[in-house]
Amino acid sequence: MSLDLARIRADFPILAERPGGRPLVYLDSANTSQKPRAVIDAMADFMATGYAPINRSAYGLASRATDRYEAARAAVARFIGAPSVREIVFTKNATESLNLVARSWGATALRPGDAVVLTHMEHHANIVPWQMLAAERGLELRWVPLTADFQLDLRDLRETLRGARAFAFTATSNVLGTITPVAELCRAAHAAGAIAIVDACQSVPHAPTDVRAWDADFVTFSSHKMCGPSGLGVLWGRAELLDEMPPFLGGGNMISDVRLDGFTTAEVPAKFEAGTPAIAEVVGLGAAVEYLESVGMAEVRRHEMELTAYTLETLRGRFGDDITIHGPTNPEVRGATFSFAFRGVHPHDVSQVLDQSNVCVRAGHHCAKPLMRLIGAHATARASMYLYSGTDDVDALADALEHVSDIF
Amino acid sequence: MPGLEDLYREIILDHYRSPRNRGELPPPATTTEGTNPLCGDEIRIFLDASDGVVHRVGFTGHGCSISQASASMMTAAIKGKRVDEVRAIVRRFKSMMTIESDEGDADDGAGDGAAASGGAGSGGDASAAGGASLGDLEALQGVVRYPVRIKCAVLAWNTLLEGLHAGEPAQ
Repeated sequence: MSLDLARIRADFPILAERPGGRPLVYLDSANTSQKPRAVIDAMADFMATGYAPINRSAYGLASRATDRYEAARAAVARFIGAPSVREIVFTKNATESLNLVARSWGATALRPGDAVVLTHMEHHANIVPWQMLAAERGLELRWVPLTADFQLDLRDLRETLRGARAFAFTATSNVLGTITPVAELCRAAHAAGAIAIVDACQSVPHAPTDVRAWDADFVTFSSHKMCGPSGLGVLWGRAELLDEMPPFLGGGNMISDVRLDGFTTAEVPAKFEAGTPAIAEVVGLGAAVEYLESVGMAEVRRHEMELTAYTLETLRGRFGDDITIHGPTNPEVRGATFSFAFRGVHPHDVSQVLDQSNVCVRAGHHCAKPLMRLIGAHATARASMYLYSGTDDVDALADALEHVSDIF
Repeated sequence: MPGLEDLYREIILDHYRSPRNRGELPPPATTTEGTNPLCGDEIRIFLDASDGVVHRVGFTGHGCSISQASASMMTAAIKGKRVDEVRAIVRRFKSMMTIESDEGDADDGAGDGAAASGGAGSGGDASAAGGASLGDLEALQGVVRYPVRIKCAVLAWNTLLEGLHAGEPAQ
């Protein structure tokens, strides 16, 4: 019933690596996830036996490559409950997905003075594209603040959304681990006449996703955080919105016709996939989706929730007031991502000492500087987990933290 | 914890715990800000270098032990020195902080002269200067073996260079 951790770990070759003769304790999965053999093999096999251009050549090899590329699109659509396969757009990364929405939807739908609502816990990728657009078009940016328990403070949401055209928010904070009430936020956006744009980078890899149940308008996420390769992002959007939007990048593949005096665009999703895409990476993402489906996303979420409870208990139990974890205390409303401050030691130094024990954590501002300022930290150390993480990783983290005081 | 002694030398930790010349200086001292966008470290260098001598220098900001200790050690090293001497120290320090000169730091470790002469572009001046000791600053030599931390160590120094440049009358 419960997730078989030993079997899952055996699927990830890198977890058998022992740098310096010690086990690898990879706790940087919110940054990027490790890759299962199924993904590595699918990409290698495709490049060794089936690689060809897609969508533009008539020979059998190219046609089969196109089929594999499109099969991955269908797998992604199924994985997130998209009503239609053509609503899945492949991009370079989730950052590009959000820029695409801001540029293509925002640049045509928004007029000077229009308001876009963001939250205080957004990643730079869901802030800067809107700031760029706001500066160009004279938009107003409004912000949903945080509560003391690191959740979104929704008390004034209706007022904040009044007259706004878009509400762009994260489904799970990459710093705090906070899981936001996506369906409720989408409902509130629509009630105010705004569209709902969901940054689901930290959510799609870790829990079941149903974009219809959310009733979102756009959802963005990245391949490399969900066991797939880097260099590939996904944008899901409602067909009726995607159909109306102008293209983002111009070039090959995105056109229907080009003449000396102009062009006409292809249908979606090709309209938003200019140039040769990351073909083998898309095939790899398809394998990642199938791998995660074989484990079961509900199982992944349950495993990470148990791990979250264990982590909070272990770190607080062993270090008490010496550790400050920036994030909700209830495992029901948070993922297994833990930003923390430890005994006043700078996170870079914490991370350097942990590295001596092969414990890999990120130290820094996590591309969320406005949030870092709000929580009063210039930087934090962040341990983040995934389906292959276990209580032994948490214990190794705690053991390694003991050594920080050997030096500082 | 064994293995980090070459990075976290005692003198570095001492400057980190008890930073020298920490604090702001009022005008006419100049203020220069430096940031490390990757990790969010920020530093401000206050420099009173009228008539070609660093009379007073101070710093504020936040960052890891290496960046803070390096800033503290830098201020201690340049205070009271002529600006041309300061520039030579910066050159020597930054040359110590470059990774390229592999052959040089093989066995005789400290590699003081080797690192400097490896910087071919700096010419005769640098190799002459290479023989001179950087004193306490040489404790930061170990940082080179942790390439991601080099940017921590040089943040204050690059900011100082900007401050010297800004403070210079047009010639």
